[in-house]
Amino acid sequence: MATQELTTYQQGFGGFEKSAAGNRLAWLRNLRRDAFARFTEVGIPTTKIEDWRFTNLSSLAQTPFRLARNGRGSIAAKAIDQFKITGAACQLVFVNGHYAPELSNPGKLPDGVEISNLATEIESQPSALESWLGRYLDTKRDPFSALNTAFLEDGAFIHIEKGVVLEAPIHLLFVSTSESGPTMTHPRNLIVAEAGSQATFIEDYISLPNAGGTEGRLFCNTATELIAGDNAAISHYMIEREDTDAFNVSTLRIEQGRNASVASHSVLLGGGIVRNNVHPVLNGEGGDCLINGLFAGTGRQHLDNYMLVEHAKPHCGSRQFYNGILGGRAHGVFHGRIIVHKDAQKTDAKQTNRNLLLSDEAQIDTKPQLEIYADDVKCTHGATIGQIEENALFYLRSRGIEEAAARQLLLLAFASECLDRMAEGPARTHVEGLIHGHLTHLIRASANGKASEAAG
Amino acid sequence: MSLLEIKNLHATVGGVEILKGINLTIDAGEVHSIMGPNGSGKSTLAQVLARRESYEVTQGEILYDGKDLIAMKPEEAACEGVFLAFQYPVEIPGISNAYFLRSALNAIRKYRGQEEMDAMDFLPKLREKMKLLEMDDKLLNRSVNEAFSGGEKKRNEILQMAVLEPRLAILDETDSGLDIDALRIVAQGVNAMRSPERAILVVTHYQRLLNYIVPDRVHVLVDGKIARSGGPELALELEAKGYGTMEAAAGRA
Repeated sequence: MATQELTTYQQGFGGFEKSAAGNRLAWLRNLRRDAFARFTEVGIPTTKIEDWRFTNLSSLAQTPFRLARNGRGSIAAKAIDQFKITGAACQLVFVNGHYAPELSNPGKLPDGVEISNLATEIESQPSALESWLGRYLDTKRDPFSALNTAFLEDGAFIHIEKGVVLEAPIHLLFVSTSESGPTMTHPRNLIVAEAGSQATFIEDYISLPNAGGTEGRLFCNTATELIAGDNAAISHYMIEREDTDAFNVSTLRIEQGRNASVASHSVLLGGGIVRNNVHPVLNGEGGDCLINGLFAGTGRQHLDNYMLVEHAKPHCGSRQFYNGILGGRAHGVFHGRIIVHKDAQKTDAKQTNRNLLLSDEAQIDTKPQLEIYADDVKCTHGATIGQIEENALFYLRSRGIEEAAARQLLLLAFASECLDRMAEGPARTHVEGLIHGHLTHLIRASANGKASEAAG
Repeated sequence: MSLLEIKNLHATVGGVEILKGINLTIDAGEVHSIMGPNGSGKSTLAQVLARRESYEVTQGEILYDGKDLIAMKPEEAACEGVFLAFQYPVEIPGISNAYFLRSALNAIRKYRGQEEMDAMDFLPKLREKMKLLEMDDKLLNRSVNEAFSGGEKKRNEILQMAVLEPRLAILDETDSGLDIDALRIVAQGVNAMRSPERAILVVTHYQRLLNYIVPDRVHVLVDGKIARSGGPELALELEAKGYGTMEAAAGRA
């Protein structure tokens, strides 16, 4: 990596380390330093690296991002009103990665549910964190996980005690806003759901203009370690709806215990260059993981999904379903990697990626990658790329439905395959509303694109 | 004025001329049947009337209620009251049948300046029509035509017709693949729709359906043209003699 590209990160890290929460704790200091050293070794990946073949990050590498200080004061409470989720148990708001209590609503939570922010926990009970924080995220393999760990300071900390069932979802809203010039943030979340617990988490990424009127590109590099104990039943939602010139890299590392059941739902609608890493490790017998996602982009959006599903123990099941809808010149990527370790006999892993292209310029790269070291397993994968079916479109139109509405209906139908995999409740209702609105926008954008083509 | 007037209609599909000068007039209140061998252009005519854009009209005109039907998009034709029951109803995974039907009805109501119907008002009306067609309530919440049996798909077409109440209904081989019970139910549904304001065009290969839906006029389509027209007895004659003699006659002509 070019040294000048690294300079801003190096300067940023030097300044950050001096005042970061918990900088006197040796384990945390080492965690950050080792991670930063690893990041500078590798740097921002280029397309020569196989895992990044389809995603060109040169614009990210060339932008001199500065670490966000704390943009809290710049966001008014009423600016985030519209982002509330009806029926959520609580809403924690983070502005540029820092917890904003004045914007948050801690709600009324049952006993056994502890919700806090990482910076507070680092100061108040660091020894409890030490056994989890940074233990799962793969900073060796992934430079963005390393970068996030180097700059880890704040984010959500959630601890659900053994057997506790929380029906309503926990909403984590991450607001990015520029602080005079290109701004980067590295939110870090730690979610520990003990044995037999049940809960739903929503990570929701948005960007808002700064009240001071300053502009600059945004780079949000977020990471979550989610530990699901034996028999835990967890749903996790990742919603990306930042501005279309924002960079967003998110990494969800799931550690599953025995018979734990986890559903990961990713919904990528916004962002300019987006990389969504989902990395479950089925590390107890009988575990089950659903990895469900929808990515829908237009314009020049680049939406990259990198799945790495690791089967480490026998008798586990994983099902990946990702649907992509791409219009304009949008570019989608689905990389579905499944690793079945030597001992993981009787693994049942399935992977499906279906894509709809709405324009000739839209592009999808889909790549399955199976690495199987056990001999008694079932692994299947499949990918399809298509367009809106003329037959179906005519059928709807012949019943009186206008062409644009018919197209929208067919897109919704395609997207509903992903919605149907989400358990009914406030989270799904919320996502459904977002998808409806976004697909309407997508249809309009592609219709306008066609009109301007015709005019040209 | 006739409800439908087709004059010297020529149409091509993928550059191949399929319809080669069709003349046909249907008045409101009438039921006509178009019969003909495979490949004679029956389905093409049905699709052209429903305004499928991949079927290109190269000559002639179609007046529907005095309006130029060829100038209409499929959704406009539908809103003006043209309905096609598809030979092969399309499966649409992810859209429930009830939602689809209500969307269609509301699109048409909106076009006509009527108020849209909410689910509360719509469902009882829909259930009543389903009863007539002996359709299972479960089919409402299933995706449109997905995993429907052949008979359920055809009944679903007639259900849509009953809900949308068209002025010109075209049934494209609605009888094919139906057993006699299903055929009777479908015919019953169609007969219930007969009215002085409405015309029905029954496209079929076999005479069997016409035992149940008795037409006022029968036309025989051969090689893209109407070779003969007559009363219901023409269908019986065809059943007895087959299309062979008529094809031969058309060949000589």
